[in-house]
Amino acid sequence: MLSLISHDTPRSKILTVILLAIGIGLLFAPFLFPGSRSMETAARIAVFIVLVASYDLMLGYGGIVSFAHTMFFGFGAYGIAIASDTLGRGFSSLAIGAIAGILVSAVAAVLIGLISLRVRAIFFAMITLAIASAFAVLVSQLSTITGGEDGINYQIPRELTPAFKLMSAKIFDVSVNGKLLNYYLLFFCSAGLFLIMLRIVNSPFGSVLKAIRENDFRAEAIGYRVVIYRTAVTSISAAIAAAAGALYAIWLRYVGPGTALSTEIMVDILLMVVIGGMGTMWGAVVGATVFVLAQNYLQPLMQVAVDATKPLPLIPQLLDPDRWLLWLGLLFILSVYFFPTGIVGRLRKNG
Amino acid sequence: MAGDNITLETRGLTIRFGGHTAVDKVSCAFSRGVLTAIVGPNGAGKTTYFNLISGQLKASEGTVILNGRDITGLPASQRTALGLGRAFQLTNLFPSLSVFENVRLVVQAREKKGFDVFSLARSHSELADEANAILKRVHLAELADYQVSGLSHGDQRKLEVALMLAMKPAVFMFDEPTAGMSMDEAPVILDLIAEIKEQEHATILLVEHKMDVIRTLADRIIVLHNGALAADGEPAEVMKSAVVQEAYLGREIADV
Repeated sequence: MLSLISHDTPRSKILTVILLAIGIGLLFAPFLFPGSRSMETAARIAVFIVLVASYDLMLGYGGIVSFAHTMFFGFGAYGIAIASDTLGRGFSSLAIGAIAGILVSAVAAVLIGLISLRVRAIFFAMITLAIASAFAVLVSQLSTITGGEDGINYQIPRELTPAFKLMSAKIFDVSVNGKLLNYYLLFFCSAGLFLIMLRIVNSPFGSVLKAIRENDFRAEAIGYRVVIYRTAVTSISAAIAAAAGALYAIWLRYVGPGTALSTEIMVDILLMVVIGGMGTMWGAVVGATVFVLAQNYLQPLMQVAVDATKPLPLIPQLLDPDRWLLWLGLLFILSVYFFPTGIVGRLRKNG
Repeated sequence: MAGDNITLETRGLTIRFGGHTAVDKVSCAFSRGVLTAIVGPNGAGKTTYFNLISGQLKASEGTVILNGRDITGLPASQRTALGLGRAFQLTNLFPSLSVFENVRLVVQAREKKGFDVFSLARSHSELADEANAILKRVHLAELADYQVSGLSHGDQRKLEVALMLAMKPAVFMFDEPTAGMSMDEAPVILDLIAEIKEQEHATILLVEHKMDVIRTLADRIIVLHNGALAADGEPAEVMKSAVVQEAYLGREIADV
């Protein structure tokens, strides 16, 4: 068990409990929280844990600021979409799409890295912003391939859709269909990717990344070629983001700029990293879970609050579900103010 | 100073910043088993000369040759891999990592294990054992698990020497290793340097201001003045020379 998580223990009792709850919750989500809305939420959490962790690999471990992470995510998602759309539905289309997306992502990251990582970190950030914007424009223009702003709806193998029944009996009142298989494909691939990242940050390579983040000048002086390490981690991070994009595309059966490329997702990733805690893989788990839950359940929760406070003046207006972004923003400011090292950093400090 | 013992050589090494020539055509060879002290007034270009050799700065002109190989165009990391060890004047460590991890990282770099992605860093006991042995040698073993930022200045200077030992370089470059250290801490560092000189039969370059230190350790002194090589020779004769008199006693050369 310890070697599965690369001896990177949560180092806090409360955090251990929270992480176990999230892990168990996601593993049994179809049975614990039946219903399509909660399944969507669980899938989104699993995908974003991988996406946020892969971003933290760059930011929290490598000290590299990138704004192109949704582009890499999009490479994977569009890989699945375009392959399924042009080659027809089938597992081979999924495999080709995913591999192509991951390869394009890794190679693009190496090129961007070699061009811009040898200069200052801020230059890399600017370059990624420019390239990601250019890519988003390209996707919306090349509508014959990408579906433009409308995106692409495509068919995935029948075995992964609700129409496929694995058995007629139900387990705990949940029908065992392709949708369930699809969820577990997504869950186990996400878990695998997360464990690989946990291994990477605790490997000799990971220790060099921490050294570079601390003092890149000295890391170079003791014999590590900093630009190569930075490029390597950017490439690994991009490849994993593409894998996450592919998984999400298989789950959604739809890819468009809004789900796979928007700057909104980029901002969400940044917020999740900061809320969870930078420089720790476990932070990605907590950050993604808290944020996606808030995104999905803050509005209904506020409706409940409005109903409860109806007789009072002003408060119901403030709590109106339409103002949920205001409250999400407030939550974010408070969490950064009280937990500057993120939830994980805070919990570790306490115990 | 036998010729075939030469490990490091600079030929016409020069760097200009705008109109100012900080290091001016310095040609000098350094041999195995010899400790060379580099002296000169503040701003004479001693640290800049070091930066040109170890690769933190790129030369405007001239070459740096290490073990017969031209390394002028190589980045600092590759020069280190080829055996050029550099300790810094201003302590320049990994502050939020442990003392042990600082040394382990250097051993790991030397053993070229940095690109290993899938094993656990902690599973490489051979790296850890060597790091611990080095910490013992510089009397930091009991502080191994401490975060570097919490260390006293003197202990950080010791760690700086430990990193250099971990590189096992052919050439050791010390830039004012005892700067800012108290009178009772400095001897630990100086003893270590003397020990390295005897045991490793290494080439040692030492930038130092304290004359008593130079007197006890140096086999040879070179003097930099306004970036140029002003004197080179046995300590006793160089100390008497006009440039050193000027640099250290504040007299103008014309007065002597």
